[in-house]
Amino acid sequence: MDETDRAIINRLQDSFPIADRPYLQAAGELGIPEEELIRRLQAMLENKQLSRFGPLYHAERLGGGLSLCAIRVPENEFERVNEQVNSFPEVAHNYARDHEFSMWFVLATETPQRIDSVIREIEQSTGYRVYNMPKEEEFFVGLKFEV
Amino acid sequence: MKQADSNTLDDLDRRIVQCTQAGLPLVPQPYRQIADQLGSTTEIVMARMQRMLDAGIIRRIGAVPNHYTLGFRGNGMSVWDVDDDLVVEYGRRIGELEFVSHSYRRPRYLPEWRYNLFAMVHGKDREEVMDKVNRIAAMLGQDNRAHEVLFSTRILKKTGLRIGQS
Repeated sequence: MDETDRAIINRLQDSFPIADRPYLQAAGELGIPEEELIRRLQAMLENKQLSRFGPLYHAERLGGGLSLCAIRVPENEFERVNEQVNSFPEVAHNYARDHEFSMWFVLATETPQRIDSVIREIEQSTGYRVYNMPKEEEFFVGLKFEV
Repeated sequence: MKQADSNTLDDLDRRIVQCTQAGLPLVPQPYRQIADQLGSTTEIVMARMQRMLDAGIIRRIGAVPNHYTLGFRGNGMSVWDVDDDLVVEYGRRIGELEFVSHSYRRPRYLPEWRYNLFAMVHGKDREEVMDKVNRIAAMLGQDNRAHEVLFSTRILKKTGLRIGQS
C-alpha cells in the first residue's frame, strides 16, 4: 500500500459523490486519473484492505431489527451453545470474548418485533439466558479511520 | 430514535438497497449501471440515493476500511459504568476520539452487568488498545465507576447484514 492508497482510504470514507461520473470527480480531488482510482479500489477490495466500497445503510431505518446480545457460556458448554446460536439465520455476527460474558452476537431481523421472539427461541434452544443489549443511543459511528 | 423514514421506502428504494449493499459498481458511471439493472434512469437512481442519504437511511457513501487487514489487530470492546445523567455527554466525547469507531449507550443488567456505555477501541495490538483505554479512563476521571475491555478471541460467525429484504 503506497501513499496514494492511503490517501484514498483517508479521504474517501465519506462524501463519495452522487454524480454521473463520481470516480472522475473523486479522482480529480486526489490528483489521479479516473481509471487509476477504479483500479486501486478494485485492488484494495481484492486484497481485503477495504471490506466494501459504496453506501453504508442504517439498518434500523430500513425497517429491520438489530441488537447486540450476550450469553454467559461456561467453557465446557461453549461449542454446543456456539453451534446452536449460529444455526439461527438471524445471527449475523458472533464473537467469542475473554470474559464471563463469553459469547457476543448481533441479531438482524426483518422487523424490530422479531428480535424478542428470536431471543426466546435461542434461550429455549441453548438453555441459557440471553442478555439483550440493544443500543439505546448512538453517539458516533466512526469514519475517521486513518492509515 | 427516529423511525419516521423507514416506512417511506418504496419498492424502487428497496431494490436500490439490495443492488448496492454489497458495493457500488466499479465502473465510470456506477449509478447508470444500477439504473440499467433496475430498469430506471440515472437521474431517478441518483435522486433516490440522495434522498436516502439526506434522511440518514444511507449513513455515508465511500470506502469501508478493513481494520484487521490494515494492521489494527487489537480491537477491544471497552465497556464503562457511568452515571445515567452523564452518559450522553461522555458518550459523545468518547465517540469523537479518533481511535473509537462505535460508541453506544446500552442497558445494564444488575447485578451481573453494570456497564451502560460501550466504545469499540482500535489499535495495532492489545497493548496499544489498553493505552487508549487508559486515555478514556483519564478523561472520565472520578466519573468512571468501573470499566473493562473485552477482547475477541475468535470470530464464530460473520455473514454480513442482509438488510432490505422484506
